[in-house]
Amino acid sequence: MKHLISVQELSREDTVGILDTAIELNRVTDGGTKILPTLRGRTVVNLFYEDSTRTRISFERAAKRLSADVVTFSANGSSVSKGESLKDTALTLNAMGADMIVLRHPSPGAAHRLAHAGWLESSVLNAGDGKHEHPTQALGDAFTLRAHLRPGANDFAGLTIGIVGDVLHSRVARSNIFLLGILGAKVIVIGPPTLLPVGIENWPCEVSYSLDAHLPELDAIMMLRVQQERMNGTFFPSELEYSRTFGLNRKRAKELPEHAIVMHPGPMNRGVEITAEVADSGRSVITEQVVNGLIVRMASMYLLIGGDASVA
Amino acid sequence: MSLNSYLIVGARPYGEDEQDIRIINGCIAEIGVGLDPENLEVVQAKGRVCLPSFVDLHAHLREPGREDAETISSGSRAATLGGFSAVFAMANTAPVADTAGVVEQVWRIGRQTGLVDVFPVGAVSIGLHGQALAELGAMAASAAGVTVFSDDGYCVFDPLLMRRALEYVKTFDGVIAQHAQDPRLTQGAQMNEGELSGILGLTGWPAVAEEAIIARDVLLALHVDSRLHICHVSTAGSVAIIRWAKEMGVRVTAEVTPHHLLLTEDLVSGFDPVYKVNPPLRSRADTIALREALLDGTIDIVATDHAPHPHEAKDCEWDNAAFGMLGLETALGVVVSAMRDVPNWNWRTLSDRMSSAPARIGRATNHGRPLAVGESAHIVLIDPDQGSLVVAEQLASLSGNTPYAGMTLPVSVTDVFFNGVHQVKGGVLNA
Repeated sequence: MKHLISVQELSREDTVGILDTAIELNRVTDGGTKILPTLRGRTVVNLFYEDSTRTRISFERAAKRLSADVVTFSANGSSVSKGESLKDTALTLNAMGADMIVLRHPSPGAAHRLAHAGWLESSVLNAGDGKHEHPTQALGDAFTLRAHLRPGANDFAGLTIGIVGDVLHSRVARSNIFLLGILGAKVIVIGPPTLLPVGIENWPCEVSYSLDAHLPELDAIMMLRVQQERMNGTFFPSELEYSRTFGLNRKRAKELPEHAIVMHPGPMNRGVEITAEVADSGRSVITEQVVNGLIVRMASMYLLIGGDASVA
Repeated sequence: MSLNSYLIVGARPYGEDEQDIRIINGCIAEIGVGLDPENLEVVQAKGRVCLPSFVDLHAHLREPGREDAETISSGSRAATLGGFSAVFAMANTAPVADTAGVVEQVWRIGRQTGLVDVFPVGAVSIGLHGQALAELGAMAASAAGVTVFSDDGYCVFDPLLMRRALEYVKTFDGVIAQHAQDPRLTQGAQMNEGELSGILGLTGWPAVAEEAIIARDVLLALHVDSRLHICHVSTAGSVAIIRWAKEMGVRVTAEVTPHHLLLTEDLVSGFDPVYKVNPPLRSRADTIALREALLDGTIDIVATDHAPHPHEAKDCEWDNAAFGMLGLETALGVVVSAMRDVPNWNWRTLSDRMSSAPARIGRATNHGRPLAVGESAHIVLIDPDQGSLVVAEQLASLSGNTPYAGMTLPVSVTDVFFNGVHQVKGGVLNA
């Protein structure tokens, strides 16, 4: 595997391999706190065309934990903001000898282009391309789900997972739906029809417009962030109506099975898609997701550019 | 020996029986079997299909304004190599072709180039802004004699402006060529809206955005009894509406591009912007409906929507890439490729759809005429058995944004006569 662009390119074996590597890395680094020499001498460039402090920091830390040289290249304060094209930036980074480019870009397919347009030799890791995919987020979420609901298992057969909210604009939702499908979980996508993409009925998931109808059958529920710019009354009437219909509050959380976990890719709009009470409750694994995201990013980097280096 | 005089030997007019064609002073003087060459230069054409040269009602030649992408001269070379004798040059230049001055300039440069007849299309609205009518009458009365008006690239979205435009062009037998795209339903749209757009996360371009405008405009054309032409029809639903409109007696004509006949949206999944085009590539079911409609005449013509773009406009990420693809040099091969397995499709039908019908719609009276004695010798010879490999760098166009690079198209244009001038020989332009 040279690039990680889309979970749809992964087999179940690939996926389990990444998750197992992540477990191993988690073990030898004491939960990502110890530094390994694995990528010493390798250069990882974080190329971020969108502001995303959380994701950028996670990738930076992941690379540093593996002793890589890390360069961060943000759209603000660089030639990118002066209108340099993605291609020219790629050529520059290639000339500087980047072993891996971690790309966050607002355009769907940008990571695919960067990897396959013939601009550079580096490995490309997609850190979110528009509404398309965010594979390491989904891998981190799979890591979290596996740890809580199927420890050590090689698939998610028998699990039912609800993904709630703005699927239309969400790369996290896309990557999760397809990755959970690959792992054999049953996925129920729940949201208002205005926020579900055309053709979703043919995706590997069920589609529902009612959150309440499905709560008792969910082993895990993922609440998606509602972007501020969608709240202007064209996708749904109001923030209040949204949270009444699709928000996860204490009453709804009680309808979930005892063992069910509550997930959110962050950043949250407390009081909109999830109440603070639920987000901070014992069944919420939201902060674990952040840690696990870091671990699977380490695993992905190791598998893409670690070569023959051993994990430890 | 007289000027522009030849004897074409053994060609098959409309793909039918072999005939010889005598061209004298740029006109067809005689058609028959075993004609005596007398003193004429003989053009051996045994087995070649012989057709009236093609007419493209929709091309972007980019001059004035974007001479880095194409010029009237380079576009004319591409056109004649593709077998065309007439090209309608779209109005979305810089400055926009919305005055008599600009259309005359385009027309004059076309004349000076002299490889095809370039007919400028006039803008419907000033600056293509969709707000006020451009001086349609002045453009019609100019030396360019504009008959086709279009804001192509933009839809004439305001229904009142569209109504007025349709009414106004009746004074000089003009036609409004509509780029049917509801701008509100296609905000930020990047590809056909369907299952694939959802998976790829690219903003969808629903078929209804095209169909709703066509439905509105055929009703307007019926109401004011004027001529409406629909540019680049791309969906099965549009075909159904146009079919209904024609049954109702609406004076509507329609075009389909070669690429919408052949290519489908699944090509987008590699995110290569060479496949980014407006309207977008659609589904397999749409291409099948378009092929049937072209055969039965619901869609009257093929038009290329030749849209050259400089390299950097496509060598980028999908969202930031320009819409459009080259079409002139590959049109025939792509149409044959798409249509050859459609039952009852033949060279006569192809000739109607690519030559006589577009000439009729554009009122290009000296083009699209039958292969008959007394007609101007706008003639294309086609080798029906010799495929042609598309190599982007070898195209005459200044741009290389062809989606067919590396494909071998099933037929090739070997010779082109323009007003009797034998300007393409063996697939090579003498100029």
